[in-house]
Amino acid sequence: MTTEHPGTLLYLDGVSVSFDGFKALNNLSLIVQPRELQAIIGPNGAGKTTMMDIITGKTRPDDGEVLFEDRIDLTRHDESYIAELGIGRKFQKPTVFESHSVWDNLALALKKPRGVLAGLFYQPSAADIARIEEILETIRLTARRDELAANLSHGQKQWLEIGMLLAQDPKLLLVDEPVAGMTDAETIETAKLLKEISKTRSVIVVEHDMSFVRDLECYVTCLAEGSVLAAGSLDQVSADPKVIESYLGR
Amino acid sequence: MITAWLIRALDKKAIIVLAILIAIAVLVPVSNLFVPAGSPLHLPDHFVPLFGKYLTYAMLALALDLIWGYAGILSLGHGAFFALGGYAMGMYLMRQIGDRGVYANPVLPDFMVFLNYKELPWFWSGFDMFWFAMLMVVLVPGVLAFVFGWLAFRSRVTGVYLSIITQAMTYALLLAFFRNDMGFGGNNGLTDFKDILGFNIQAQTTRAALFSTSAIALALAFLICAGIVKSKLGKVMVAIRDAESRTRFLGYRADNYKVFAFVVSAVIAGIAGALYVPQVGIINPGEFEPANSIEIVIWTAVGGRATLVGPIIGAILVNAGKSWFTGLLPEFWLFALGGLFVFVTIFLPRGIVGTVVAGWNALTLSRASVKEEEGRNSRTGDPKDQPPPGEFAEPAE
Repeated sequence: MTTEHPGTLLYLDGVSVSFDGFKALNNLSLIVQPRELQAIIGPNGAGKTTMMDIITGKTRPDDGEVLFEDRIDLTRHDESYIAELGIGRKFQKPTVFESHSVWDNLALALKKPRGVLAGLFYQPSAADIARIEEILETIRLTARRDELAANLSHGQKQWLEIGMLLAQDPKLLLVDEPVAGMTDAETIETAKLLKEISKTRSVIVVEHDMSFVRDLECYVTCLAEGSVLAAGSLDQVSADPKVIESYLGR
Repeated sequence: MITAWLIRALDKKAIIVLAILIAIAVLVPVSNLFVPAGSPLHLPDHFVPLFGKYLTYAMLALALDLIWGYAGILSLGHGAFFALGGYAMGMYLMRQIGDRGVYANPVLPDFMVFLNYKELPWFWSGFDMFWFAMLMVVLVPGVLAFVFGWLAFRSRVTGVYLSIITQAMTYALLLAFFRNDMGFGGNNGLTDFKDILGFNIQAQTTRAALFSTSAIALALAFLICAGIVKSKLGKVMVAIRDAESRTRFLGYRADNYKVFAFVVSAVIAGIAGALYVPQVGIINPGEFEPANSIEIVIWTAVGGRATLVGPIIGAILVNAGKSWFTGLLPEFWLFALGGLFVFVTIFLPRGIVGTVVAGWNALTLSRASVKEEEGRNSRTGDPKDQPPPGEFAEPAE
């Protein structure tokens, strides 16, 4: 059944999973190219978060193929292995390490060996420090670098989590509702930042905010009831009668 | 690499703690042995092993703080590792008795003669050598913790469930060590020790030396814990404590980190047990009592979780209180201990040290903000300012 899919970064084919009889994903297929920005929209319960759980190894699919870089079968690995392969994830509810400083949050995310002994004897190199400072600049938290993450505002936590994703230096970023709780100005900035990031790596954004999706100017996939309802540009997708009926029209 | 690591461990707090421990390692024996008995600076003989015992308890509480305070693993069976280290030391001390026992058997300890053992059980061989016994003091708790931790953490057993199985572990060991045919002296345990390394264990000089060894061992254990906590490894442990699944999604294998912390903690507990036994002169299955393990949690909570210094202070204060209280109203000690735990949980959730540190930070912060005359967020401050999250809290996601 395994075929080659040259050049794709992420390849989902016929993925299904059900929880207690409820089909969260039903024959879902999706392709992400390298350096592609793709938005996923869809009503609640469409399976967006479940899809992310499957890609990151939190949930095992009942059926279907999930391939990373043409050949790595993600369904056989756990969260930490998949994270080390280069898939980073930002959660819907911002989850930063609240009892660590902003700086330490980024230092923990920084792409470095993840072993126990490596951690015991780790000394930050000049390059590491420069990289963290650069990310702090990008996410505009330089002034608050020594503060506890717990004391950041909701929007700032969202940005810190995006910064942690950058520090991980992944090939694929999965970003779940990044602008929830952000002001309009922050939302616009986030769209810019994600577009900038997608110049060097692939980004999948799950979002409900339509004006934000419009700002992303990217390929849009609409999910409903666990499978793809429509795909294309935002204008194409939002003109699709099925999408209007099951999502936009409500 | 190691030196850089040590330098990082030695911040101001660590230097003060080490200085105090080294000072008492010197001053207590001096005051006991060389200051004449009439002088107010003289320490009576019975105080030396008593304080020595407190120091081993402090080391045990420190070991618990490393996993509970920093990695969120609430072990309710840490007394088991302490007791295993104690038994390894006890076996060495039993072999040192030689033919001076009641039955004058040159090889078999008295209880084996009494129970009609014909020869030494295989697992007693080697314990006549000090180095072997010391190796076992480290190895037995370490290997048990590794196997237990590997099974539990890989299966992602956390929170209350983990606490319950640690409690079951110490209870199972309690029942096993109570059995006469286990070969560890059953109900009576191991006692009537004579010598340690050729020195009379009852001699005041030996007791003073054991006291100093305990103080130095505690200082070293503190240094190791401080080094771990300050390293990136320690920060990952805190990250696991606060949001385990988030840490996994960053690529960290939380189970490996927990196993590491658990093993280090068990080894420190085992060494503490090995120092405890020669000072109290007995080890019996009572040390495996689940209630003992729960007491360790109380010492740590009273002193202050995730502070390293707190558990040392908590263990010494609570046990000094226990010695004083049981002399006064022995029946009421358990009520006092329970009341203390309730009081600390409600009014001092950060423990003594955590509350003092938070108060100090709030004070310096309010001074700073008065100077700045800016309406800064008053909740900002040092990481120690924050209460550690509840040990039963599910990882946020």
